[in-house]
Amino acid sequence: MTPQLNEIWVYLSATPLLGLTITLLAYQAAFWLYQRSGMNPLANPVLIAVTILVALLMLTGTSYQTYFDGAQFVHFLLGPATVALAIPLYTQLKRVKAMLVPVVVGLLAGSLTAAFSAIAIAKLLGASLPTQLSLAPKSVTTPIAMGIAERIGGIPSLTAVLVIATGILGAVGGRYVFNAMRIHDPAIRGFAIGVASHGIGTARAFQVSEQSGAFAALAMGLNGALTALLLPLLLSATRGLG
Amino acid sequence: MLSALTQLLIFQLIGEVFARWLALPVPGPVIGMLLLFAALVLRGGADKELQTTSQTLLQHLSLLFVPAGTGVMLHLHRVADEWVALLASLLISTLATLIVTALVMKLCLGNNAKSGESA
Repeated sequence: MTPQLNEIWVYLSATPLLGLTITLLAYQAAFWLYQRSGMNPLANPVLIAVTILVALLMLTGTSYQTYFDGAQFVHFLLGPATVALAIPLYTQLKRVKAMLVPVVVGLLAGSLTAAFSAIAIAKLLGASLPTQLSLAPKSVTTPIAMGIAERIGGIPSLTAVLVIATGILGAVGGRYVFNAMRIHDPAIRGFAIGVASHGIGTARAFQVSEQSGAFAALAMGLNGALTALLLPLLLSATRGLG
Repeated sequence: MLSALTQLLIFQLIGEVFARWLALPVPGPVIGMLLLFAALVLRGGADKELQTTSQTLLQHLSLLFVPAGTGVMLHLHRVADEWVALLASLLISTLATLIVTALVMKLCLGNNAKSGESA
């Protein structure tokens, strides 16, 4: 590197501009690949973008903190995007009303399965307690999951990563699972993917159909609220028994 | 675009205030979503601008998870140490959740449909 280039790098690596730009570039490259694959769930854009970014940051020796100073502007939009989910939800209000019983029962069953099967399997395979507790809120959308992890004794930043891995797994696997189960109703497919894999599943569902997306958004919101309310209580109750 | 974005931020802000004020375990944006939903029910729908803006935002919802996902680089050690348990737990639990939720809903709907037919 010539001294000049070096100086430019020193300047750029200290501004938020670089982190923000590479996030958008990596995502667009990932999204292009996803589209080229015919929206194959295996070419999940979040997974590809994260892989590109981690490789890039490690190669250039850039810390996550420095990167996040720029990427936080994208991260911030999760808030208004969550609020915006009210709109597709409203559009599907009639369908949701008609499916009230399956929605409530499915939510309860799915939410409990998500949290307790994760803890049980991790415990069985000898994972440490903080890891088990970080896994518990994995099906809940990132900001809620991090809050829950903090409350129950997990590691919030690890939870964020596990949440995203769960989102990718659900978005990738959903189609195959539902096809194998011969479930074709977009409402059920959307809702189940929203319970299991929150916003990333919801993003995938929206790409498939508006109705699926709206049910996924509903499931994500409800599961977030339910898990935030129930999980800390249930965990302290089970610990009391043990 | 601008007024729609402002509306979304205002609802998020109100949600945030409620969450802290009432010490709710649910984060501000989720409460903001519920409040906006209630407002839409009262108003009888979203205006066109709010619809297009939210559509744009939600179309690229996956982008918004990328910065947090990149945080995996902070936990490479723990992931390397416990990857079997982590992978098995994530994989089996996510599949189980998909199957249980979809199956339970299908069974509920099946019962509804049957009772509908007999009625």
